[in-house]
Amino acid sequence: MQPILKLENIEKSFPSVKALDRVCLNVYPGRVMALVGENGAGKSTLMKVIAGIYQHDAGQIEYFGERVRFTGPKDSQNQGISIIHQELNLIQELSIAENIYLGRVPTRFGKIQWQTLYADVELLLKRLNIKYHPRTRLADLSIGEQQMVEIAKALSFKSKVIIMDEPTDALTDTETQSLFQVIRQLIEQGQAIVYISHRLKEIFEICDDVTIFRDGKFIEEKPVTELTEDIIIEKMVGRSLQEQFPRVEIDLGNVCFQVKNLSGKGVNNVSFSLRSGEILGFSGLMGAGRTELMKLIYGDETKFSGSFILEANPLQICTPKDALNAGIAYVSEDRKTEGLVLGMTVKENMTLSNLAAFCTASGRIEHTREQSAVQKFIDLFLIKTPSKNQIVKNLSGGNQQKVAIAKSVMKQPKVLILDEPTRGVDVGARQEIYHLINRFRKEGMAIILISSDMPEILGMSDRVLVMCSGKISGEFSRVEANQERLMAAAVGKAIGEIE
Amino acid sequence: MSSKIVNQGHDTSIKLFSRAWFFQEKSLLALLFLIVVVSIISPNFFSVDNMLNTLRQTSVNAIIAVGMTMVIITAGIDLSVGAVLALTGAFAASMIGMEVNVFIAVSITLVAGLLLGAMSGIIVAHGKVQPFIATLVTMTALRGATLVFTDGRPISTGYTENADMFSWLGTGYLFYVPVPVWIMALIFATGWYLLNHTRTGRNIYALGGNEDATRLSGINVNRVKIIVYSLCGLTAAIASIIITARLSSAQPTAGLGYELDAIAAVVLGGTSLMGGRGRIMGTLIGALIIGFLNNALNLLDVSSYYQMLAKASVILLAVIVDNRNK
Repeated sequence: MQPILKLENIEKSFPSVKALDRVCLNVYPGRVMALVGENGAGKSTLMKVIAGIYQHDAGQIEYFGERVRFTGPKDSQNQGISIIHQELNLIQELSIAENIYLGRVPTRFGKIQWQTLYADVELLLKRLNIKYHPRTRLADLSIGEQQMVEIAKALSFKSKVIIMDEPTDALTDTETQSLFQVIRQLIEQGQAIVYISHRLKEIFEICDDVTIFRDGKFIEEKPVTELTEDIIIEKMVGRSLQEQFPRVEIDLGNVCFQVKNLSGKGVNNVSFSLRSGEILGFSGLMGAGRTELMKLIYGDETKFSGSFILEANPLQICTPKDALNAGIAYVSEDRKTEGLVLGMTVKENMTLSNLAAFCTASGRIEHTREQSAVQKFIDLFLIKTPSKNQIVKNLSGGNQQKVAIAKSVMKQPKVLILDEPTRGVDVGARQEIYHLINRFRKEGMAIILISSDMPEILGMSDRVLVMCSGKISGEFSRVEANQERLMAAAVGKAIGEIE
Repeated sequence: MSSKIVNQGHDTSIKLFSRAWFFQEKSLLALLFLIVVVSIISPNFFSVDNMLNTLRQTSVNAIIAVGMTMVIITAGIDLSVGAVLALTGAFAASMIGMEVNVFIAVSITLVAGLLLGAMSGIIVAHGKVQPFIATLVTMTALRGATLVFTDGRPISTGYTENADMFSWLGTGYLFYVPVPVWIMALIFATGWYLLNHTRTGRNIYALGGNEDATRLSGINVNRVKIIVYSLCGLTAAIASIIITARLSSAQPTAGLGYELDAIAAVVLGGTSLMGGRGRIMGTLIGALIIGFLNNALNLLDVSSYYQMLAKASVILLAVIVDNRNK
């Protein structure tokens, strides 16, 4: 089959770094091409070359059999290539229709032709099975629905090639399924799709071919039927991964933390207890109230009622500061907006919660003591950074995540809450984070692990709690837990709700 | 596996580093260029007397700019500094006029500045009002309060021995250098130490870089906000003492537009209005550029009408060049 879009031996260098080294990518009509590789493998750089944001140094792009070079995002879009970025480029306060036709609304003598606009958009939405009126404000849509609007926008450009960058990262399982339905439909209509994702399961579900990059180099292109998950990981990482979830069996300690009848915004009468050394998994759909629950415990939201007991002492928590001082640390699911100060250095981020420990009574920072502590954590956490003084923004996702975790662990908490610790983290760093979690539990830390990645929850936890609409809808031991049971509890078809 | 990432990171860090130095050097270069050019055109310019004189004239704006730098690093802004200066100046003048001991009068004035700044801080932190609006409110209120307090008339410090001692703070010399210049140096050294070597300083940068992450790191962000606005009020009060001492009187309309000069110095110094980034020494250079430019235009007999146009052009140019490099 002839590819619509064919990239051959593309090279792109930045000062001192060759980001792309003779990479190839073929995009076929009516097929979904998966593009996989660890963070830093060159996927985003290639996307930017296709979008015309970067100009390639060598190699060629063939589009419908002709050699082309895209001069900018507008150029590639007009020629029929749309990229849906991980962070959606939509304006929350405008309507669906205005978003889709942003900057090119049909006008007549300068007046917007609302009728034409809405009719056009309605057709597009119907094609994607979106049941909203084009006038609906975008902010009223869920993230998954907003993604659909992005796809509608791509279709409105009559795109031949749609590139999706980590489209399911923020989606619930149901939303993911409806996205897949749309993708299948587009494929039937002869559209070509490039699907970038860390989630290998999805690739086997939706993609036809797989292209693998590693360290800016092209490794392989193969039909998905000829590959297995293990082979893909091996080729991405360049080494074989013995086990995805390295578990360490230990004897659990005594109950060290108890939550009793906790209620708050989005959380309804939740009780649970946690033993030291235990990894307690929290599963559930997005919006089930897991993050809300953790923020109540951490004191970032105000609780309506309920109490905490830490090591037999009742605990008053009103602010994150109280929680940290008591020995409860929380690593946010969103490291960019809540976890890290991106413009600060590795060192400054790491000691942010615990700076007092490196200060004299008068508040003067003892720089040498701070630096040696930070260096210790960089080594311990295998953080790949040229120096302690590197700006965190310049690190890869996995290393940023490690800095965020190090910040919390530096405070030596008794309870460590990890909210989606491996989201947007590449396979190699993921493993290292699992090893760290195991290390913490061996030291007797109690760990709460929230994850939407079910294999991760099943692979790492000693016990799993499932949440549904703000309540705990299921509790499973490691032996009892499986995907079906967790899913059933997550949608509320539970084995009896625990009140 | 990710050696590339590391390399890339390293590369960026060098770039960031050199870029920071480049800009700092460049603003320094701009300052030196200004000095050289004016020295050639106007022979009166490059003399010790004129240099010290210009430093003294710059000190008021520079001192306020120290407080403003801290506020701007937290991604805030303080429009009330001019008004704080007018009111605290009136306090100082009337106390000296009543023959209150200089040391006590100055201390009370500084505390007043601190508290007036804290007021803005509390509105910003606990009232959740945007800094621009909050300090616009305090600016308006304090201007009104000053007019009420002074009845719209200047307040003289009188002709007592006490008043002479007070006026030394604005007119005196210590080791051949004007007292205000010493004060300015002291304030900059303190500001530099606070921002670079204390926990509070670190928290100020963190707050400006990412408020949510800072709060979730267990830092009391409201406290940090109140601290920076208080310090900004304090620097305005210090500036008011210099002005009042120099003129031996407090003007009800003193400090009009000073907030804008301070913001200009901060921005010229490379501090980002988006918060999280900025250096106190950049602010010093920014203030000196404005100060020497004013002095040069005066020496060159440029009408004060055109001076404002010239100043505006220089600031615009500097900020555009700075943005180009980002």
